[in-house]
Amino acid sequence: MKASLFVTCLVDQFYPEVGESVVKVLRRLGVEVDFPSGQTCCGQPAFNSGFKRQAVVQVRKVLDLFEESEYIVLPSGSCASMVKVFSPGLFSEEPDLEERFNALAARTYEFSRFLVEVMGVTDVGARYSGVVTYHASCHLLRELGVSEEPIELIRKVKEARFVPMEGVAECCGFGGTFAVKYARISESILESKLSSIEATGADALIACDTGCLMHIAGAMSRRGMKVRPMHLAQLLAQGEIGEG
Amino acid sequence: MKVKTKDFQKNSTKALVDNQLQIALERVVGHFDVARNDAVEEMTTEVWDRYRDRGREMKRHTIENLDHYLNLLSHRVERNGGVVHFAKDAQQATDVVLEIARARGVRSVVKSKSMLSEEMGLNHVLEENGIEPVETDLGEYIIQLADETPFHIIAPAMHKSKEQVSELFFDKLKTKRLTKIEDMAAVARVTLREKFLNADMGISGVNFAVAETGTVVIVTNEGNGRLSTSLPKIHVALMGMEKVVPALEDMAVMLRLLPRAATGQRITSYVNFVSGPRRRDDEDGPEEFHLVIMDNGRSKLLADPDLRESLYCIRCGACLNICPVYRKVGGHAYGWVYPGPIGAVITPVMTGLSNAKDLPFASTLCGACKEVCPVKINIPHMLLKLRTQLTQGDRGQRNVSCLARLGIWIWSRVVGSQLTMSFIRGIAVQLQRPFVTQGRLRRLPFPPFSQWTKRRDFPALAQRSFHKLWSDGLKHSEDPSRDRSKR
Repeated sequence: MKASLFVTCLVDQFYPEVGESVVKVLRRLGVEVDFPSGQTCCGQPAFNSGFKRQAVVQVRKVLDLFEESEYIVLPSGSCASMVKVFSPGLFSEEPDLEERFNALAARTYEFSRFLVEVMGVTDVGARYSGVVTYHASCHLLRELGVSEEPIELIRKVKEARFVPMEGVAECCGFGGTFAVKYARISESILESKLSSIEATGADALIACDTGCLMHIAGAMSRRGMKVRPMHLAQLLAQGEIGEG
Repeated sequence: MKVKTKDFQKNSTKALVDNQLQIALERVVGHFDVARNDAVEEMTTEVWDRYRDRGREMKRHTIENLDHYLNLLSHRVERNGGVVHFAKDAQQATDVVLEIARARGVRSVVKSKSMLSEEMGLNHVLEENGIEPVETDLGEYIIQLADETPFHIIAPAMHKSKEQVSELFFDKLKTKRLTKIEDMAAVARVTLREKFLNADMGISGVNFAVAETGTVVIVTNEGNGRLSTSLPKIHVALMGMEKVVPALEDMAVMLRLLPRAATGQRITSYVNFVSGPRRRDDEDGPEEFHLVIMDNGRSKLLADPDLRESLYCIRCGACLNICPVYRKVGGHAYGWVYPGPIGAVITPVMTGLSNAKDLPFASTLCGACKEVCPVKINIPHMLLKLRTQLTQGDRGQRNVSCLARLGIWIWSRVVGSQLTMSFIRGIAVQLQRPFVTQGRLRRLPFPPFSQWTKRRDFPALAQRSFHKLWSDGLKHSEDPSRDRSKR
């Protein structure tokens, strides 16, 4: 099986180790991974800010880069939503393009769903000694409907103890430019999320979106909270078979 | 009501530092949401979902054929002996009410809860014309005494503490300093009973208007709706034009959806079906019945296929209760009658997009509103449509700040090509050096990032991008874990 990695700009620029983990996990499962060069952003910042024209330019590039791919895998529910849910809608007046985008969307998967639905795997052979909790990212949960997959994967990690948090599906207050445009509101929403995380006593926070992780981690490090933010792929890449 | 949508930033900041308000929001709004959840679980999500689909389909059909159903409603109300008034806007609706009141020498009015009358700012107009309006919903009564506007669609005074209400009663009603909620309710009951008995006219809102029978349906929990519409000689019902439903049997669906979504009740304490004035053999009821059907910007929502489904809204307030933003800033920050997610969609259209340009952006697009909506309105998608209208509107409105425009221009250039992106990153990695501590940036001096770093760290750019990792060997390594020496 072949999958093309759409690594997303946050991972590319800030968290390349997340991309590395995705590659590692996929290869361990026997997937042939390729990385179409030239990829940048899915177009979401422009789309969410109402700059449709600029978003369209970017979204077209995504189509050009990934149209030939068998599967497209993204380590982000938010960027996957942009490709799967929002991009086709930008071309409602150009049926040919819309159809091509729909075809692309059908082959596009967020990382955890790809593992569970396409690969049919929940135990990837990972091992992590520690207590972990999980934050359900909004787009992942409510645009893509991915709710159980990440938890199933986490539960199969050997030696890890999973403690669910209160209000797991409540937003962390990131919302892209919202976090700076309405910084005070964003911080206040984040405050509630931090309390929920703290109450679990977990030493690692798992999520499937580096946007949320960047936001939550930024406040955790500022306060000196000793919780390690981790993308699901990083957790699943831990302690592979043979390494103990 | 006066439109204060421009002050969203200022008013939301004020709300965030108001401790008492924050406590109230957490307690009341949280309670509503838990109650809604319990009510849904009791009937099971599957059954709830079927009702939602039925409700949505009924609303869709009605809104698509709104002219037909409004016409039918109007004929049936008149056949029942009522009078129907169509009002283009709040001004016309207010004139209609004043006209009815003046012609009959009305001096006092009892009002059952009506958000439409808030759109009209009706209480103040009545007062200016020497007519005493009295709100009879306890929450609305408190708000009226405090001369404020509703904080929540269904719980207008939820932001007030017991102590604040006690103080208000002491001040305005000259009561003792009461400490028990029951005692305050008792005072309000006694005061209001007197008003009910002496009122010349009753004004109510309308939760649903059944076209085939010409019936208006009013739900309340305090019984004040029933008294307001049956004791006075004249009953004036105010409805937004989207409130019509085709048939009586539709109420079987809507009366299951509304209370559960709003308060978690299986049914509200009082459900009134009012079909015109008192008939010859009726024991009670008003002598005159007027129905005012108001547009006030709703036809702008109707005309826009992208926003039309906002007219499916049944004003339950569930989207407010779940919204992370509403839960922090409360109702007044939104600056007009309808706050929260649904308010962020309809207020800009009804009051003028360029006056309310904060509202569509003041959302994380988390989608929780869509998930709880009893008629499945896709609010986040409509907020996105409004953002596009604001940014690239057909009237060339410059509604977005220069900073945002510049930001997107830069973004387009940077992400436009991978080569540019890696060139810029090369420079940025050098520039960030003096600011980096332990892989994080604790303070960035320029906006918008300075807003981020006030209370949150920003990640430093990685030394090597994923592109670089890939070309440096990840591409060819069978197992990247064996390749760690390179990092």
